[in-house]
Amino acid sequence: MAEKEHILKSLKKGIRYDGRKLLDYRKVSVEPNATSAEGSARVKIGATEVLVGVKLAAEVPYPDTPAEGKLMVNTELRPMANPDFESGPPGAKAIDIARVVDRGLRESKAIAPEKLCITAGEKVWSVMIDIVPLNDAGNLLDAAALGAIVALKNTRFPPIKKDGNIDWEAPLTDKKLELVKEPIEVTVIKIDEFYIVDPILEEEELADTSITIAVSKDGLVYAMQKRGETPLSVEEIDKMVEIAIEKSAELRKIIG
Amino acid sequence: MKRNDGRTPEQMRPIKAEVGVIPNADGSAMFQAGDTIAYAAVYGPRELYPRFMQNPKKGILRCVYNMMPFSGHGDRVRPGGSRRSKEISAVTENALNPVLDLSAYPNAVIDVFVELTQTDGGTRCAGITAAAMALADAGFKMKDLVSAMSMGVLDGEMIVDINGTEDCVLGATDVPIAYIPTMNKISLLQLDGEISRDKLKKLLEIGKQKCLEIYKVQQEALKKKYKVD
Repeated sequence: MAEKEHILKSLKKGIRYDGRKLLDYRKVSVEPNATSAEGSARVKIGATEVLVGVKLAAEVPYPDTPAEGKLMVNTELRPMANPDFESGPPGAKAIDIARVVDRGLRESKAIAPEKLCITAGEKVWSVMIDIVPLNDAGNLLDAAALGAIVALKNTRFPPIKKDGNIDWEAPLTDKKLELVKEPIEVTVIKIDEFYIVDPILEEEELADTSITIAVSKDGLVYAMQKRGETPLSVEEIDKMVEIAIEKSAELRKIIG
Repeated sequence: MKRNDGRTPEQMRPIKAEVGVIPNADGSAMFQAGDTIAYAAVYGPRELYPRFMQNPKKGILRCVYNMMPFSGHGDRVRPGGSRRSKEISAVTENALNPVLDLSAYPNAVIDVFVELTQTDGGTRCAGITAAAMALADAGFKMKDLVSAMSMGVLDGEMIVDINGTEDCVLGATDVPIAYIPTMNKISLLQLDGEISRDKLKKLLEIGKQKCLEIYKVQQEALKKKYKVD
């Protein structure tokens, strides 16, 4: 494949297809409260643009956790964002994004589930996060995970009526959803012997393998997902974790 | 008469338009009326599958209208098509088709994806307005743009650009229209509620005038992108 050779040749010189260094992100910008939802964010990484919205519902808790709220993450890869996306039920890529973002939040206990209790055994908050890319120019996952954190941090609760249901006609309250942890997810890609972050579409296609790593503020790892068939040695994995920890600190500065 | 959001009966909400908002698409646009925001992306002409749907005489315009899960006022919108979204997709195609000449694209499809990021009434009209700009941005030969707005009747009074509360809570008669200025024709017409023949005629005349204000904003947004210094 001519394109692969071209990309590899320039990676050897330490330069990417679009002129970046191997471990550089494109320009990252974050806009909280980007829609009218209870919480939302717009994340741009280069030409990639993702909207994340948080909707809340007052629901009956699961029987085994009567005083804990619920969390759901969903990704919609709409055909608007990429000509390869098709309408219909979520495919493998949409499921991967949703589940890996979900696991970063869940495993780090980003949201304290007991804080989402309204009346134990009767009503708890259900937090529903929807990730919808507007334009896919690569690295949807890191953008989605970053957007989820920003959207959650800015989520405000709607008022509850006496009958226990949400009063959608009243404005949102000032009470914000509290985040205990803010895991940042970084996807590290391996092409031949090279490690890169923030791939564009052409690089995503060439990846031998990639790992998404959710990192907390103090550098702990909460969730990982390896993709691709190429196996990795312990040293290689360790290198990729090191990169993710370093890069997550950079992204953390952007969201403040 | 003061409306629930403080407007006068013939006062539109603030509107905003932008062209070229989705880099991957062949054409794209955003249109905002008050708290309703629609994005439209055009892909094509491209080969239409399944093949039996192809028309050897001309290309096919295919529109998909979708509300993002977090776009609703109130409960989350479950993803996946509904009867409502299918109907709106179809009337959107009908609203846009009259300005297009697709005879140059036999067997091809032109896909228009309309996505609502937030909604407060008039979503199909915002979608059609954005889609018309996106088609122009994609470079299709067009007889004109299409400009759309939801008109209404509330407590006997004619109102323009109805919002979500007027439509769903206060029970206004809802008359979404799309207007093609150079043809002086209406290409979308739906009605839910109650209205007299006289009043409908008047309402449509007011609607045409208001659509011309949208038309101006659409033209300005296109000129802004294609300005030659």
